[in-house]
Amino acid sequence: MRISVQEAAFDLGAEASSFASGHKDMGAIVTFTGVVRDLARGDLDRMVIEHYPGMTEKALEKIASEAQARWNLGDVLVIHRHGALEPGDMIMMVATAAPHRKDAFEAAEYLMDYLKSRAPFWKKEITRDGADWVAAKDEDEDALSRW
Amino acid sequence: MDVLYFAWVRERIGVPKETVDTGAKTVAELVEELKAREERYAAAFADLSALRVAVDQELTDFDASLDGVREVAFFPPMTGG
Repeated sequence: MRISVQEAAFDLGAEASSFASGHKDMGAIVTFTGVVRDLARGDLDRMVIEHYPGMTEKALEKIASEAQARWNLGDVLVIHRHGALEPGDMIMMVATAAPHRKDAFEAAEYLMDYLKSRAPFWKKEITRDGADWVAAKDEDEDALSRW
Repeated sequence: MDVLYFAWVRERIGVPKETVDTGAKTVAELVEELKAREERYAAAFADLSALRVAVDQELTDFDASLDGVREVAFFPPMTGG
């Protein structure tokens, strides 16, 4: 398992390739990448991501450990950035390795659902007109009930 | 103990972290103490349903005990991913 909370950009191809190459007994690698999406008005200047150093890493490790306990996984990777990002920038990625694809897909979805509302990150959207904290969505909380 | 604030809670209270000398036994009691201090705290803690709390970096509830606790953090619902 590797968890990285970082300000720096990451290289999706290099991370995915390195993650995938380490496992000879894993038949399935799933990766998901979250990207900063512009607002409907097209005026997002940047997104600033705040986090809780210390708790963030612990929360992500706990979520990843839960996934490893629930599914047959060979490995888990979580990278999540903080700081100022621009539309189109990659915010985060998860990768899962499993002998079979069902475990890899489901575990990746589980990781995403949990890290959206149980890992201490907060997004703020900055436009020319001002800045707004992104509100948590009820559907993100509801998504946890399926697990 | 150290009290930390994040996102709009931090902005409303005006500091990211402070040391609080308190006799509060639970998070809820600490919130009441802070609200009684100054208007900026009363404003930040006006609607607890809009807030989440972590005690020693673990998510918990407002009725959690503060016995032996070193760090309490208040923040809005998280928006990772």
